[in-house]
Amino acid sequence: MNLALNAVALQTIVRKEMVRVLRIWIQTVVPPAITMTLYFIIFGNLIGRRIGTMDGFDYMQYIAPGLIMMSVITNSYGNVVSSFFGAKFGRHIEEMLVSPMSNATIIIGHVAGGVLRGVLVGLLVTIIALFFTKLEVRHPFITISIVLLSSVVFALAGFINAVFAKKFDDISIVPTFVLTPLTYLGGVFYSISLLPEFWQKVSLANPILYMVNAFRYGILGTSDISIGVAYAILVVFVVMLFVGCQQLMRRGVGIRE
Amino acid sequence: MVTIARLMQALSITNLTKTYANGNQALKGIDFSVALGDFYALLGPNGAGKTTAIGIISSLVNKSAGEVEIFGHNIDTELEAAKTCIGLVPQEINLNLWEGVHNIVLNQAGYYGLGRRLARERSEKYLRELRLWDRRDDSARSLSGGMKRRLMIARALVHEPRLLILDEPTAGVDIEIRRSMWDFLRDINDAGTTIILTTHYLEEAESLCRHVAIIDEGRIIEDARMSTVLRKLQREVFVLSLAEPLGEAPDLDGFETLLREDGELEVDKGPAVNLNDLFAQLAARNIKVLSLRNKANRLEELFMRLVENKQNGFEEPAAR
Repeated sequence: MNLALNAVALQTIVRKEMVRVLRIWIQTVVPPAITMTLYFIIFGNLIGRRIGTMDGFDYMQYIAPGLIMMSVITNSYGNVVSSFFGAKFGRHIEEMLVSPMSNATIIIGHVAGGVLRGVLVGLLVTIIALFFTKLEVRHPFITISIVLLSSVVFALAGFINAVFAKKFDDISIVPTFVLTPLTYLGGVFYSISLLPEFWQKVSLANPILYMVNAFRYGILGTSDISIGVAYAILVVFVVMLFVGCQQLMRRGVGIRE
Repeated sequence: MVTIARLMQALSITNLTKTYANGNQALKGIDFSVALGDFYALLGPNGAGKTTAIGIISSLVNKSAGEVEIFGHNIDTELEAAKTCIGLVPQEINLNLWEGVHNIVLNQAGYYGLGRRLARERSEKYLRELRLWDRRDDSARSLSGGMKRRLMIARALVHEPRLLILDEPTAGVDIEIRRSMWDFLRDINDAGTTIILTTHYLEEAESLCRHVAIIDEGRIIEDARMSTVLRKLQREVFVLSLAEPLGEAPDLDGFETLLREDGELEVDKGPAVNLNDLFAQLAARNIKVLSLRNKANRLEELFMRLVENKQNGFEEPAAR
């Protein structure tokens, strides 16, 4: 593999993805900001006052890390799935497929685009959260690494969704029927210690629970799960999904006849 | 010797086969090669397998069997090197219509590993040559059909490929732009770029290409130099515009004639006679000719005959 060529190609994809995110900022950046502001007002401010504290934190403070992580996850996923499927649909994916850059470069470039959008929106939501509550980052390395790893996992998952998608409906099925329920049930709004024992065990099968809780640990220092397990799960997912993406690209599934 | 012969080839295809998932066998073991620096026409009716062959060469379609070598690089073992040599202008518009004209070309340069500075120089060069520089900041969707086609050519050339593949590049382009594109392609070819062209405008292939292959139903039915192919055309039909109308078609030795409703005279010329004979006989009858044209493009005539012959079971052996 020609490393210099692939480095330039990677830069090109990342630049193109960022230009796309910023060009359509009204679709990519504004909606999550509005949605999260509503969450903070309704769940944090209005309902949260009646709930009181959770794990020793006021409710607004408790849900803020989960809401930040939720926006990172959905935007990382959404960016890659819409960008890559859009390229497939408009056939300009052929620009990349005829070029000598490697499949790994195409994957990493799109994933980097997804991560950048996820982080950008995450930062924006964090700034919004600071208008409603006080957040002090207890473990900066854990906070940053968990955000990046989670973002990579969902960007890779978005890539796979885009590879298999044949029509625009197909790129909204997973976010609607899988991602959103798992996120809501992933401890964004509550501690699983509130659940009956059986449902606590069921919740442990939800990978988003580990991401939300590890991130919450990074910021607030409290978590329902082991941080080591969260890292292990994230790394395993990154490796599995990247290998899966590589296989799909190598075989040309959904992109080569 | 084999090695030297291969070094002289821009493209070598051996026993290339493609069967789609629905069972359609688009290519049935085709062989052809394109010499370095050639301007090569790949012609055939719709669904003949041209675009599939081009898709395989440019790695957009997975082949079922066979070998493809581009400047000696086998696409199975040296795909990256093979891809670096190719520039593709596909049949269908595949531009990101929301992207700016300049960015489209710059991005393509980046995909081929060109640094930003060189990419800017090259993109300006080709956008200027293809008369798109003034539209560089516009989005692709705002361009006319002809401009989009020219943009796809600029995009394909930005890494200065040794082999340029054009799949119907002038479809839907007006005649003035088409002619200027022909001049541009001739210049590119004169500068050393090997070109493979598919087109439905057979006068385009006849005017530009030095070699022609005709593909039909997944098989190559003709593959020879353009001049050799055209010599195979035994009969030609000319249309003569006359100074004065005739009452009936004249009887000319060695020619079949037909007086058309619009007053023009159609003359069918066989291989044994030449146009001097025709004019001599017309002059002897005091028939003045204002102008003369081929009834159909010569390559078109031959193309139709080859395809029709094949459909009727009279397959001619492919000349090499």
